[in-house]
Amino acid sequence: MSELEEVMVKGDEELLGEHLGVFTARSTERRILKAAQDGGIVSAVMIYGLEEGKFDGVIASVTDPDDPEEPWKPRPVVITDPDEVLEAAGTKYTYCPNVSVLKEAVRRYGCERVAMVGTPCQIRAVRKAQLLPVGMRHVPDKIELLIGIICMENFPYEGLKTMVEQLCGVWMREVAKMDIGKGKFWVYTDDGEVKTIPIDETHPFEGEPCHVCTDYCAELSDLTAGSVGSPDGWSTVIVRTEKALELLNEMVEQGLLEVKSIEEVKPGLGLVEKLAQAKKSKNQKEIEERKELGLPEPGKVHEQL
Amino acid sequence: MVRLAYVQLAGCCGCLVSLADTYERLLDILDEVELVYCQTLMDEREVPECDVVLVEGAVCLNHEECVEEARELEEKAETIVALGACASTGNFMRYSRGNEQSAPTHEAFVPLTEVVDVDYAVPGCPPAPEAIERFLTLLLEGKTELLEPFAKLAEGKTEYCGCDLMYHVVNKNMCMGCGTCAAACPTRAIEVVDGRPVVNEDRCIKCGACFTQCPRTIWPGDEAIKELVMGGEEE
Repeated sequence: MSELEEVMVKGDEELLGEHLGVFTARSTERRILKAAQDGGIVSAVMIYGLEEGKFDGVIASVTDPDDPEEPWKPRPVVITDPDEVLEAAGTKYTYCPNVSVLKEAVRRYGCERVAMVGTPCQIRAVRKAQLLPVGMRHVPDKIELLIGIICMENFPYEGLKTMVEQLCGVWMREVAKMDIGKGKFWVYTDDGEVKTIPIDETHPFEGEPCHVCTDYCAELSDLTAGSVGSPDGWSTVIVRTEKALELLNEMVEQGLLEVKSIEEVKPGLGLVEKLAQAKKSKNQKEIEERKELGLPEPGKVHEQL
Repeated sequence: MVRLAYVQLAGCCGCLVSLADTYERLLDILDEVELVYCQTLMDEREVPECDVVLVEGAVCLNHEECVEEARELEEKAETIVALGACASTGNFMRYSRGNEQSAPTHEAFVPLTEVVDVDYAVPGCPPAPEAIERFLTLLLEGKTELLEPFAKLAEGKTEYCGCDLMYHVVNKNMCMGCGTCAAACPTRAIEVVDGRPVVNEDRCIKCGACFTQCPRTIWPGDEAIKELVMGGEEE
């Protein structure tokens, strides 16, 4: 049994999706941790994959905090150079159409082995593109690895801007980092100031379409990463496929990832499961309510036409 | 062995090219069927009785023979599949004004789904080779449960075009801005702006790719994905 497999535990698959194991991890590279949101897992996997030739392109989102028009508005990119991965590090709390560049990655960039990081809904979109690729010529077999991120909901750009500028009192262009954790929305400024608002105050700005999604942990990913359940600076990682496990095993063996059992840390896996349950119950209720209004159920729109 | 016919109506042959674009896997498909009619590939003048007919292209209502050929398929074939957007949704044939020089008055082109009782429709211009392969594999294996969305699309209720994406996904508060529609669009008519698709209607050819590919319109089910995609079949 590998060092990684020794620390892996299993959680409730009803809530987390099918998986081989869960653990807590962080990158051992300073430059990654400095740029990353939490433990730098997504960045580390992408850099390792590109350097080792496991991927020849990764899809991620980049943002320009100094954009004069729309600071912090992300756009999707296809990255082929491992040195450029860290430009995409860090969470962006607004929509970024990562899947929109999927065909471009294969067709224009000529990538044969694509990795993508995405929210649960985006991972689902790519899986469907693999199963029924009506408009996705030559894409299905080019998907090498899908990295999901744990996600409760997302915010439209204007919503995020309102939270940052109106509620936190910080100009978007002065923001150095945003974060959600410990029941709060956090804004760190370039000057070293820290502003927070309770997470409850952000609810009015959530994207409504997120409320029909019952997938918290990107259940169809190869591996999922997120801050929930792990201490500051660490990420909770859910491994689902053998392919992902093999890659993570190599990274641990090469000393690129530091791993721990999630049972040894606080707040632990229980919190991930609790929040997954909360998302599932809340949003299933929303789906039912929408049905009563005569609105279509997600995934069954065609049935009602 | 399943007797398969391939009929071409008013179209460009692109769907047949897409079918052939499955490369060596085309041979696997051909191993599973007996091809009994296909004008491009074999010398057979009449569509014989068959189990499955794949129909590419739109029906020209000005062309009696074409309408008849389409209608006769109901008698000749057990299962009728509208392959590609011209047969499924109408596609750009909806805008066709004047056929080739020999028949310049031909201008009324409709999808097969408007003329005959179609069992399954596979939109896309053309449908990706992998989509055709998947569809045929599921059909030949009799996994009809997964084919239900294609059966529903065959009812031809609408074009499943960029407008439908607006009316039935964005306007119904379900679009989460993943960008799948933009990637699926063969004419780059869709751009994601502020997390939602903006459709350039002048460029939309009504091929149905965006609506069909959207994960919020038709969801095939997690189990199918775990079995057929994540189970290693694609490796």
